[in-house]
Amino acid sequence: MNYADLFRVTLPETMLEIAALLVLVMDLAFLRKAGLRVRAAAAALVGVAGCGAAAWALSATGGGSLRAGDELLLAGGGSAAVAQYGILALTALTLLLLIDSVFTRHVGEFVAVVLMSATGGLLIAAAQDLLVIFIGLELLSLGLYILTAFAKQSGRSAEGAMKYYLFGGMSAAFLLFGFSYLYGLTGSTNLLPVMLRIHQATGPSADPLLLVSLVMIAAGLGFKVAAAPFHFWAPDAYEGAPAPGAAFIASVSKVASFALLISIGTAGAYASGTSNAPNEGFIGPWTLVVTVLSLASMLAGNLAALAQISVRRLLAYSAIAHAGYILLGLAFFSRSNASAAAILYYILTYGLTTIGAFGAVGVVERATGSDRMDAFLGLYKRNPLLAAVLLVLFLSLAGIPPLVGFWAKFNLFAAVLSVGAGPIAFSLVALAVALSAVSLYYYLQVLKRAFVMPVADPAGRVEKISVDPVTMIVLVAIAAAVVVMGCFPALLQGWIAGFYAAM
Amino acid sequence: MLAWTIYLSFAGALVEALLPKGRAGLARGVALVVAAGGLVIAALGFAADAGHGRVTIVDVPWVPSMGIHYTLAADGISLVLVLLTGLAAVAGVLFSWNIELRVNEFFAFFLALIGGVYGVFLSFDVFLLFVFYEVAIVPKYFLIAIWGSTRREYAAMKLALYSFAGSAMVLIGLLAAYATAGSHSTGLVQLGHAGLPVHFQMWAFPLVFVGFAILAGMWPFHTWAPTGHVAAPTAASMLLAGVVMKLGAYGCLRVAMSLFPHGMDPWGFSFIGIGSWRDVFALLAVIGIVYGALVALVQSDFKFVIGYSSVSHMGFVLLGLMTLNQIGMTGAVLQMFSHGVLAGLLFAIVGRMVYDRTHTRQLAELESMHLSRRMPFIAGAFVVAGMASMGLPGFSGFVAELQVLAGAWKANPWWTGAAGVGIVVGVAYTWRALQKAFFSDVRPTAEDHPKTGWHDLGAITWPEMTGFALLTLASLWIGLYPRVLLDAIEPAVKTLFAGGGQ
Repeated sequence: MNYADLFRVTLPETMLEIAALLVLVMDLAFLRKAGLRVRAAAAALVGVAGCGAAAWALSATGGGSLRAGDELLLAGGGSAAVAQYGILALTALTLLLLIDSVFTRHVGEFVAVVLMSATGGLLIAAAQDLLVIFIGLELLSLGLYILTAFAKQSGRSAEGAMKYYLFGGMSAAFLLFGFSYLYGLTGSTNLLPVMLRIHQATGPSADPLLLVSLVMIAAGLGFKVAAAPFHFWAPDAYEGAPAPGAAFIASVSKVASFALLISIGTAGAYASGTSNAPNEGFIGPWTLVVTVLSLASMLAGNLAALAQISVRRLLAYSAIAHAGYILLGLAFFSRSNASAAAILYYILTYGLTTIGAFGAVGVVERATGSDRMDAFLGLYKRNPLLAAVLLVLFLSLAGIPPLVGFWAKFNLFAAVLSVGAGPIAFSLVALAVALSAVSLYYYLQVLKRAFVMPVADPAGRVEKISVDPVTMIVLVAIAAAVVVMGCFPALLQGWIAGFYAAM
Repeated sequence: MLAWTIYLSFAGALVEALLPKGRAGLARGVALVVAAGGLVIAALGFAADAGHGRVTIVDVPWVPSMGIHYTLAADGISLVLVLLTGLAAVAGVLFSWNIELRVNEFFAFFLALIGGVYGVFLSFDVFLLFVFYEVAIVPKYFLIAIWGSTRREYAAMKLALYSFAGSAMVLIGLLAAYATAGSHSTGLVQLGHAGLPVHFQMWAFPLVFVGFAILAGMWPFHTWAPTGHVAAPTAASMLLAGVVMKLGAYGCLRVAMSLFPHGMDPWGFSFIGIGSWRDVFALLAVIGIVYGALVALVQSDFKFVIGYSSVSHMGFVLLGLMTLNQIGMTGAVLQMFSHGVLAGLLFAIVGRMVYDRTHTRQLAELESMHLSRRMPFIAGAFVVAGMASMGLPGFSGFVAELQVLAGAWKANPWWTGAAGVGIVVGVAYTWRALQKAFFSDVRPTAEDHPKTGWHDLGAITWPEMTGFALLTLASLWIGLYPRVLLDAIEPAVKTLFAGGGQ
């Protein structure tokens, strides 16, 4: 490793950091007298430009990887590159939705924190070393705590952030503890050597120390992806955070964390493929732990969502359920790229949809002051276009074809069945499909209020909801993308597959 | 060419959604033009392709990585059902001419539903079929929940959840078949030839069959049907009973039975005379026939009578499918067409002609209104439709049910006996409804008077006349000259036998 390599490989991250600093300087030095809207627009635009520059840097460096001696620190190309492009695109969309937000006067700082968090996301998407993973995760998480707390006038924002922070601190400790065991077991901090040595060292039955360490790691990462039973922060954070912050937490941080899990799964699958020893090594216990998380998340998320009256909390529980489906893909992980591609497809499209959903909820919230389901009453009259966007996004989350959410689930479950053809994998997939039928109920609860039930106002007055044109364009673009990618699912699949072919 | 039925309907739905609000006449006109265009294309396609075996319309890769193709094709069965969909769509638009609430959206959802239905009948790739099948669910929910009547939100949610639960079962079965076959094609024909292991077919068949049969109103999964039909606005009831229930039966035939033919093989043991999944579903079908008819006999709500009669008539379709012989299955497909037309007609009479004028569907209240004298056209229409529905020779129902019964006799005479009871009860409930609703002499009591009202019931409008004529003539035509459809259906059923490994 030399510094030229380091600079070259981390150019995208550097671009984001430069953009973050530029936003701060511009906002604090030049735009102090400007109106809030101008400042928000300027900050968001610089942020988006930063994301664009980072994406350019990513394609220009050609997805190089960074090595220290023999050990891979940052992977390039393949899953990492897909996740990094996804993170940049979703970050840019989040920033565009920020423009007409009014929750804070410190828009410059907000954008800067978003960009720095995204930097952490880029790092962990590529990280192949336990220490880099940990640093990237902390960089991402610290930003998220701040974003959650950003609406300073709101008590719920502070409460959500405090819960998120306490849980996060504890789970980081668990994660580090688990990593230290892995290091103790294998004498390495690098993913691939760690996996290889586990395979060589452990006997036919799993080492208890390995199980302890994997459970600790699962707790730490399960917190990041909001998997039950480590999900308790999610509803409060989603409810309290300002809408763009919540969208960022629900999309970008999920993409990054699942990309990390894909790295772990890929390394484990690769190691099990190379070793001749007839033991399950890492894969067996890891599958067990992840399956338990997946099952708990699918059940807890879908069932708890049935009872919600706050749409944001509903989205939080639905996010837990979606995390459950994805974890199923991670539990039955193939040595080929099929699983990784299916999971990335799922998480990218889910991130896109959920940003749109939070954007739409944010608009309704600003107009009515509430995110209760009843705030959506009569939405089709108050803003037909917004109602149509909401229809598309929620149905996509429920997995109704021909929207992209259906293909995400379909790919993922097909990948699971192609790996684990046994009755266990099959019953888990059957449960997942059955629970997504359940999920239609709670998504329809929101859509029912938007389209079916009349406005609650006794006088029958209908207040129009006006939406900022930029926000509306972004939301319509997201909905259109959901429809187009749903009608032509091969577009995104081909794009993802291109990265694996290039490796 | 037939593919344009799908595109035209979806384009129509989009246009309706974008039309300026408050121009109800324009919205109706557009809907009628689109629906009629669909019918014309369906009829031309029928005339051109009937008797030519399976005609592939489009076949392009859709999701290459999984081998999913965008395959649209049509054989005799598809052609008949596409024709039915065209008829039901035009009649549905005509009978919803008086809708004033959110007209654009109504027709947008209506046409989206129609487009999905056309898509199902024309798909020859299992996952494409599944996609269209699900596309049809959401518009149903909104049609009932927004424009419905009695307990509409409950009925709409129940229908949506039943449909979605059914389609979840189908999806599980199809995913498993895809993974088990390990082939890189999901075409119906290719997957049917993939040689799925018999033990796999044994459990995949009931899963997928029940998943589809839920939508076909198979007892005991029928409970969404009466509540859904009753709550739905007239056009939606017509479509629900007329074509959406056919989607379920069509899925049973096209997907479950042709992909997993060995699922109907004997188990190797028998329990109270039931020795295979085929016996189980035939029994459920017969129970549905008799149960639906008996429950229809005691309803106090006119629309529930028709709702339960649909369950009974759809039982004939499922029974016909389970006969597994040429005549029975041909009869089943013909019964799909026949019931599609007749159920549409009955719901149009009850929902549009009677309810929209009298604002009640309670037989007890209708008794005192003397509708036969005040609205002779409606009474006459119901006499015709009722006779056709109870299987009077000369109408389509007679030919279809006769074939189903003949096929059932070949397979198991007991089924025919039990189904015959259903027909007799069918005569009874139709007669009872006819008598109570139209030809009763009960004098209105004083307290009835203000509520039921002797207000002006309004004349029969031209859309009602046209819709009535369209559906009645279709039923009569098929009843008198069934060869038109049979010539298309019979070769298709034969091919299904040959390809299905029976």
